[in-house]
Amino acid sequence: MIVAKRKPLAEIVEMVRPYKKVTVVGCRSCVAICLAGGEKEVKMLVSALRLRAKKDGRKQEFEGFVVERQCEKEWVKEVEEKLLDSDLTLSMACSLGAQTIGDMYPSHLTFPGLNTGMFGVPEEQGVWSEKCVGCGNCIIHTTGGICPIARCAKSMLNGPCGGSANRKCEVNLEVDCAWAAIYDRLKLQNRLDLIEPITPAKDWSTSHAGGRRTYVREDAKLTPHQKKGKEALK
Amino acid sequence: MADRKPKVIGFVCERHGMEAAVLSARSGKQHDASVRLVEVPCTGRVDGIHLLKAFEDGADAVFVFGCLEKNCYYDTGSIEGRKRVGYVKQMLEEAGIEKERLEMFNAASSNAWMFPKAVEKMVEVAKKLGPIEKGGDGQ
Repeated sequence: MIVAKRKPLAEIVEMVRPYKKVTVVGCRSCVAICLAGGEKEVKMLVSALRLRAKKDGRKQEFEGFVVERQCEKEWVKEVEEKLLDSDLTLSMACSLGAQTIGDMYPSHLTFPGLNTGMFGVPEEQGVWSEKCVGCGNCIIHTTGGICPIARCAKSMLNGPCGGSANRKCEVNLEVDCAWAAIYDRLKLQNRLDLIEPITPAKDWSTSHAGGRRTYVREDAKLTPHQKKGKEALK
Repeated sequence: MADRKPKVIGFVCERHGMEAAVLSARSGKQHDASVRLVEVPCTGRVDGIHLLKAFEDGADAVFVFGCLEKNCYYDTGSIEGRKRVGYVKQMLEEAGIEKERLEMFNAASSNAWMFPKAVEKMVEVAKKLGPIEKGGDGQ
């Protein structure tokens, strides 16, 4: 899932300071699971912002609610009226949610309340770690199911490097060496032969290096005729 | 403003916390009557939003009073309570509001002396810091 973290409150306070009516919108998807922008976090942020405005003697209105998935226009559309009734929308979703609102209502101000961090998994309660960078060309079938791009500090395709010692990474001794883990996993799977061939330099054109990526699934797209029919239903 | 009574809200667990408070009252100890108590099943049930809402509704100081951590009736409830209080204290500080306005206290049901001590401390904080609202009366 997408893992995000609330911006420091002092930064949010400064962002919203000039606006009289602020709507804080959370999301029930990834950011709710990573405890950054779900219903509870939205309520707590709204409460803290109200307190700060009270302390400063500022007349500011804050309202907070959540949508099912802020990155999908259909869900955002449902709360359109509430959003546009405010001077500013503070998005408590990942950057995708904030940008969806921004793209739908370009003249309306939408600011991010979270810092979007990574594609991660919950390791234990309250701990998330990065396991994918979305490079667009998955190779984990050759690395025992462990991504060296995300989990090796140097994103090495042929490892481990000389800085790996006692199964730890030289960048941070708290961090496990991804390549030591890959070795262990391949050994367990009796596929150690996979670690020997040299993997050539990665083609990064499938990643962000090629500019903004758009994926299209032709069979799922609506034809002009279908679009017309859908519009008529509205 | 001069004779304004401090507004203190205490979230007290119904087990050791409230028992200590009751024992304190039965022992003849008095505490400031302006303190309002909210009885909760366990301090682990107290959420960050409850604490913030109390401040939002005009409290000058808020405290959570529960069982001793290794003697909690629900085993880990007061640990949860402490973690939430810590998180909200951090939020208050980030928002520029004195974190001393919020505290957690732990007591065994026999610690009758602990309750008035906690109340006294929070009333003192409330008097010292006054209402959160600038120039307001905390309404």
